[in-house]
Amino acid sequence: MTLKEQFIVSFIDNDRWLLLLKGLRVSFTVMLGALLLGIIIGILVAVIRTSYDQQRQGKKKSWWLTALNGLMKIYVTVIRGTPMMVQLLIMGFVVFAASRNLVMIAILTLGINSGAYVSETIRSGIMSIDPGQMEAGRSLGMKYPTVMKDIIIPQAIKNILPALGNEMITLFKDTSLVTVIGLADITKVAVQIQAKTYQALMPLVGIAIVYLLCVMIMTWLLGKLERRLRKSDRR
Amino acid sequence: MMAAQNAAQEQHLIEVKNLHKTFGDNHVLKGIDNYIAKGEKVVVMGPSGSGKSTYLRCLNLLESPDPGSHIWFDGQELTSDKVDINKIREHMGMVFQHFNLFPNMTVRKNITLAPLRTGLMKQEEADAEAERLLTRVGLLDKADAYPSSLSGGQKQRIAIVRALAMHPKVMLFDEPTSALDPEMVGEVLEVMRELADDGMTMAIVTHEMGFAREVASRVLFMADGYVMEEGTPEKVFGAPESPRLKDFLSKVL
Repeated sequence: MTLKEQFIVSFIDNDRWLLLLKGLRVSFTVMLGALLLGIIIGILVAVIRTSYDQQRQGKKKSWWLTALNGLMKIYVTVIRGTPMMVQLLIMGFVVFAASRNLVMIAILTLGINSGAYVSETIRSGIMSIDPGQMEAGRSLGMKYPTVMKDIIIPQAIKNILPALGNEMITLFKDTSLVTVIGLADITKVAVQIQAKTYQALMPLVGIAIVYLLCVMIMTWLLGKLERRLRKSDRR
Repeated sequence: MMAAQNAAQEQHLIEVKNLHKTFGDNHVLKGIDNYIAKGEKVVVMGPSGSGKSTYLRCLNLLESPDPGSHIWFDGQELTSDKVDINKIREHMGMVFQHFNLFPNMTVRKNITLAPLRTGLMKQEEADAEAERLLTRVGLLDKADAYPSSLSGGQKQRIAIVRALAMHPKVMLFDEPTSALDPEMVGEVLEVMRELADDGMTMAIVTHEMGFAREVASRVLFMADGYVMEEGTPEKVFGAPESPRLKDFLSKVL
């Protein structure tokens, strides 16, 4: 078969490009859901771990903060110490074996995974804020969580926005792994096309190009965002 | 004895007994017994490393004093385990050397945040109070500006306003003019002078000797973690007793 024929069989026949587009939408849905979940989990873990570290010396450490902090350490260790593919398989075929909501399982697994990495990024963001900010907030009578939420976290997030952008790109590429639980993301669709047409070159190289283009567009958008943020700092 | 102590504490807004503070091996405060009476303007001075900033920061527990130290504020013991420090701090304003304005908020939001979050005021009340105070320091036109667009002097005046918005019973100033360009020191001291004239109770760590002489009702000279000498500005500046104070004054005056 000529390349042209291969192209037509892989993408045009039976409107297969439409399936690929649907798959791409699934990939993006999983990425955005997981990113959101990851940031929420990341903030929670980061705040628990920094508030444990920042307890006033000379005071008795609170037992529940110690327990929570231990739990968070275990979470981060387990997630970072096991392959994401294995996490997906366990979530898909053990924990949620009875569920058919594959998108939910994918978002949950990738989100929980991403949270472990994002938490460390956010923690470094929180540490980068001048301690005077916390002191000023506390000296006005505001409680620790209030100062965190209104003053520290917004500044920390702004500082680490570029790092979060990288996390988004990593997540986007990692969504291809959800194929193993049977979710029809763009990778799964390409593999299905290959199985039906016995043509591997076009669908696989094709989605590689799609992934690459998406990543390049996201990188470009993030660069723009970063430049704008830097400008607002100089105000 | 008990009654006498209670009476003293009623006059004294802040009472400090046997205040010690160590950072690791570094013994910064070595037993301070002092007080701040209602309406008093206490200026704390001394060479760097003498513990004057640490002393001030212990008064609202930004630093936790060593066990065995006692601080009372308005009749409540801060150093007791049962105290709700957030409630106490609502009544103690603090101004920092480096302003510590919140850069992610407008000036108006900087001022109204604490009164709103602590439940002291409703939104309209807080806004009105912010505008009243900003007018007082001549910065009403900066209400919607972000801190990064302000000069050092303007930032510090806003920081003072932010603390005043909580209607504190005492204002603590930790070297409020040390980070300012010389030409901006005056405008900040002017605001503090007005505050003093209004009868605010103030504790001020500063190197501005002229200001201390003019505004202080009592001057503390600290060195090596002790209060070495104290008294009216006339006495401390005019008739210093300890060699350390004489030496210090010869260097700064």
